Amino acid sequence: MIVNRKSLTFWERLYLPAIAGGFKVTARHLTRSLFGGKTVTMEYPEQKWAVPPDYRGAPYLVRDQDGKTKCVSCQLCEFVCPPKAITITPPGPAGQMADRPNAEKMPREFEINMLRCIYCGLCQEVCPEEAIFLLKDYSLTGTSRQELIYNREKLLALGGIHGGVQKWKHKLEEAKEQESFPVKV
Amino acid sequence: MNWNFVILSIVKIAIVVGVLEGMVAYAVLAERKVSAWIQDRVGPNRAAPRFAKYIPVVGPALTRLGFFQPLADGLKFLLKEDFTPAGVRKAYFWLAPAIAVIPSMLVIAVIPFGSQLGQQKMVIADLNVGILYTFGIVSLGVYGIVLAGYAANSKYPFLGGIRSSAQMISYEISMGMSVIPVLLIVGSLNLSQIIGWQAQHGWMVLYAPVSFAIFLIASFAETNRLPFDLPEAETELVGGYHTEYSSMKFALFFLGEYSNMIASAGMMVTLFFGGWTLPFWGLDQPAGSLGMGLLQIVVFLVKMLLFVLLFIWVRWIFPRFRYDQLMDLGWRRFIPLALLNILVTAVVLWARVE
Repeated sequence: MIVNRKSLTFWERLYLPAIAGGFKVTARHLTRSLFGGKTVTMEYPEQKWAVPPDYRGAPYLVRDQDGKTKCVSCQLCEFVCPPKAITITPPGPAGQMADRPNAEKMPREFEINMLRCIYCGLCQEVCPEEAIFLLKDYSLTGTSRQELIYNREKLLALGGIHGGVQKWKHKLEEAKEQESFPVKV
Repeated sequence: MNWNFVILSIVKIAIVVGVLEGMVAYAVLAERKVSAWIQDRVGPNRAAPRFAKYIPVVGPALTRLGFFQPLADGLKFLLKEDFTPAGVRKAYFWLAPAIAVIPSMLVIAVIPFGSQLGQQKMVIADLNVGILYTFGIVSLGVYGIVLAGYAANSKYPFLGGIRSSAQMISYEISMGMSVIPVLLIVGSLNLSQIIGWQAQHGWMVLYAPVSFAIFLIASFAETNRLPFDLPEAETELVGGYHTEYSSMKFALFFLGEYSNMIASAGMMVTLFFGGWTLPFWGLDQPAGSLGMGLLQIVVFLVKMLLFVLLFIWVRWIFPRFRYDQLMDLGWRRFIPLALLNILVTAVVLWARVE
């Protein structure tokens, strides 16, 4: 394609209107950001962006609607974790029992190395108990490597109560319904 | 030997160089801040020493303006690793930053930055050939850049150095010729006398506007500022002639560039805008009292800072010239225009004498 260039008039070839236009535009932006405070910069630590609802941030352990540990120490997330960031220590045969009904075990220790985590979300996807979720935290900082290995207490505290999915409550209701199923011979 | 003169000169040199360095540091800050504002950004507003937040109102305000940023930058330049790449020509590589920075400081010597404080004239060297000295010294600055480009043993600095030498030589000529009408009108090469003439007859920019236009544009080219920043065009040459430099050696190039900018602002104020004079409040006469002397220094600094601001502002108005356009503008537009300007001025002066 050939674009025909418009030949410039003498006035345009002097550059002067263009120079004046340039000064005008820059002066407008200068005064607007200097006196109007209209800058596009988000001053990060003070101002933060709204995290979208499906954001995949750091993985934390969540508690159920009653505040009990959901994790049953099945170690599926440990096996699926691509960078091997998760380390679970199961309670063993004589270990502590789960703190809720419908579960046998809960982990003695559950560690996620946040320096290794790649935020892929496979742990959340694989978890049968829906005990681990990628929540909205995106800037984890620490002064040592050790500090960024989060243990069970810290993960549970950060995860908080996640009452949305109440798998065992629904299972219980289903079971009760089946018991009262009106099949009488 | 007049020891009084020696000691006072040393004091003046120390103060002027100190003020110049300070101005360079804050010109960098001004550049960053003004650029940020023009681009709807905030600019540096974080760096602050610990105590700053305990000073009510002033401390946070200064931090927000980036007042402490130059201190942090300076410290960073001093403490960074000074890396010398393999294969450079060491002697020239080390010499180049010094050669780049020294001429830009020497130029300040002849610029009168005030009338007088007490009996002391506020100029380091009141030379009778002030302008010739300035042009002589300014053109030395190109050696630093060329040497840096040559010594670094890398293609980008090399191209930057070549561009710089061609550009400086082309614009030096039109810059020099643009000043000749001023000299014709005043009849002296002494910068103090040029200011004295302007105090009597009004600012030179009214008598020689074409000279001023050429001088202004040529000084943009001389100081390697946009739209003529081809020697260090970031988008084309990484960093241009200072690509391979780091730490304090890089800072020296920076220092040279900004003191060049301040020096040419000072030259423009002196030649075309009446130097330290203002046409009212008796500021056009050499100061009788200490307060007046200081006020005239302030007048000079304010005028100079306005030009520095212009340098910074213009950066965001123009796109960079292409190399052939740059040469075309220098050789085929400005040199004939400057020659014509000399001719017209000379004819007019001759006609008036007749």
